Amino acid sequence: MDAGLLAQFVANGLMLGMMYALVAVGFTLFFGVLDVIKFSHGDVLTVGTFAGFSTYLGLQALGAANPWLQVLAVLLVATGSMAILGALIAKYLVMPLKSAPPLNILLVTLMLGTVLRECVRLFFPDGANPKRFPRLLPDDAMALGSFNLRLDSVLLFLAGLAVIVAIHVLINRTKLGLAIRAVAQDEETAKTMGINFTLIVLVTFAVGSAAAAFAGVMNGLYYSEINFGMGLLLGVIGFSAAIVGGLGNIYGAILGGFLFAALQTVGAVALPFASAYKDVFAFAVVIAIMAWRPTGLIAEKTSERV
Amino acid sequence: MSAPLWPGALAAGLVTALAIAFMWAESEWEVVAVLAAAAVGAVLARRTGWLAPAARAFTEREPAMLRLGIVGLFVFVGFFHDDHFPLLMAGTVLVYFLVCLGLTIQFGYAGMVNFAAAAFLGVGCYTAAVLTAHTAIPHLLVLAIGGAVAALVGSILILPVLRTRGHYSAVVTIAFVLLFKTFLEVNDTLGGPQGLKLPSMQVLGWKFNQNFSVAGVEFSFYVSYVLVALLLVILGFAVTRRLERSWIGLSLDAVRLDETAAACFGVHIARWKIVAFTLGNFMAGVAGALYALMLGFIAPTNFTFGDSLIMVSIILLGGIGNPWGAALAAAIVVMLPEKLQLIQEYRFLLFAALVILVLLYRPGGLLPRRLRVYLPGWKPR
Repeated sequence: MDAGLLAQFVANGLMLGMMYALVAVGFTLFFGVLDVIKFSHGDVLTVGTFAGFSTYLGLQALGAANPWLQVLAVLLVATGSMAILGALIAKYLVMPLKSAPPLNILLVTLMLGTVLRECVRLFFPDGANPKRFPRLLPDDAMALGSFNLRLDSVLLFLAGLAVIVAIHVLINRTKLGLAIRAVAQDEETAKTMGINFTLIVLVTFAVGSAAAAFAGVMNGLYYSEINFGMGLLLGVIGFSAAIVGGLGNIYGAILGGFLFAALQTVGAVALPFASAYKDVFAFAVVIAIMAWRPTGLIAEKTSERV
Repeated sequence: MSAPLWPGALAAGLVTALAIAFMWAESEWEVVAVLAAAAVGAVLARRTGWLAPAARAFTEREPAMLRLGIVGLFVFVGFFHDDHFPLLMAGTVLVYFLVCLGLTIQFGYAGMVNFAAAAFLGVGCYTAAVLTAHTAIPHLLVLAIGGAVAALVGSILILPVLRTRGHYSAVVTIAFVLLFKTFLEVNDTLGGPQGLKLPSMQVLGWKFNQNFSVAGVEFSFYVSYVLVALLLVILGFAVTRRLERSWIGLSLDAVRLDETAAACFGVHIARWKIVAFTLGNFMAGVAGALYALMLGFIAPTNFTFGDSLIMVSIILLGGIGNPWGAALAAAIVVMLPEKLQLIQEYRFLLFAALVILVLLYRPGGLLPRRLRVYLPGWKPR
């Protein structure tokens, strides 16, 4: 295989890994503060992407055709509205069920995901068919042999990196992040220290959902196509990535996201069988990793309470 | 002093009548009217306290109630004897019920999460398709082999499932069901996305895919499949119930409620988890083999993550650990969307919303599992 094609696969894998990591970070944040898995995360991503798409259509109708303005507006609306949606889901569906069996929460949020997905399919105009997402970023290409690097991919990757770094700084360097970590560590103690538990949980869900919406818009800009089912697989992969990395740990989520993308790329390129088996390979390795490290690569620091 | 049987008999009769009326109704309004009548009836029965004696009949006179349930199904089959669609629905409900009996053992007794039920159903289906196409193995044996292959495939997952817990365990089975569907779609020898066709089922020279008549009355060919499905469900129900009431069931309950405590009392956790997982997958595989023969055609789209979720929601809706609840919920979940053509487009939406509401306001499900009766005549309070 020539180096150019290989570089193409690596670039594509890095892009996918960034999206998966952004979704996985949400799962791990939610698990950190509430010890629940919110499975509607992937469909929140879909709704966010469609909200961004609607913003673009609205701006086109209004005649605001400057692509930079459009990108900015699409991102702001998508992340902002999903932050609100995430907080609402947390307040009215997840918090009341906090003490229910984990299976019930898992199923309720899965079903909520179905509701969101079906709403997009049924109530978005012609929502059952794939939509062409506009290419808003400059797509100047730089050719290095057979490797074709597009400027918009670089910009998207850098933006994704910036979001992850921002979340990292938020969690580790700010007072809000300190409160989030305190709640994640021990809810009762955090409350007695004067932390507003409900507010912190809602903010965490808002941040995680906004990250997912960002990943969705990224996905739309990169592949130039969106559909109502896009969030389902991204959500499941993000969940697997968060689990493989180790729940409750942001680095684990990032590691898991890039690892999953790497597995898909290896499955497509380097293995002897047809590239159509790349997902089969990736999920098989996920199962194998779970057998090897039952609590993820970066294990949760917990001990059994009897 | 055992509970009187007649309230249970009345309930079984009403449910049968309701099912017949539901399948008989032609227009949307008739269907909605039947559903409204059922809902009002259920609420009234609850309010007036008539439900309690019926529930007692179900728990205390179970063998008799089981016979009444079978009689009810026969009345249903007799009523629609030459009508394909209601009989296909009845067969599908029975197949789903069998899968959910397996899930009851896994989720309800041993407390193991399995989101890959559709994959194990699919293993049974594809086993039946391959065996009937390439070998001359008798079809009844094919059903058993379908179950055995599903159990064998499930054994690949045993190590990761035993080592992981909770969400980590869920991801293993979710990864497996996604892997399985992708594998089927890209594998050309198993038909790829187009799927496979199956021949008609044949037992001792009796061809299943032909209408037959008894004493001058024409019967739909689906009647044969419903009868075989019923036979398998009876076997599965008996196994599930016997298992629950035996000391194995006690061990499984202990494993579910507290692994640490169970291990301290000498319960071999890994052994019972393996038994529950394998048995549940076996039942799903048998159900799959019959399902494939009944439909005559299978494709990867029947075995998605979404289908697994539907099966899990059946047992949660019915009341986890209670086979009667699973039977009721399987009938509701399978028949409701098929009949309501008006809401066909909206059925996933409404169905998901319904599950959310039930889990929010009745977290134990429609018919929650009763406390174990340790001694005959012992009444838990």
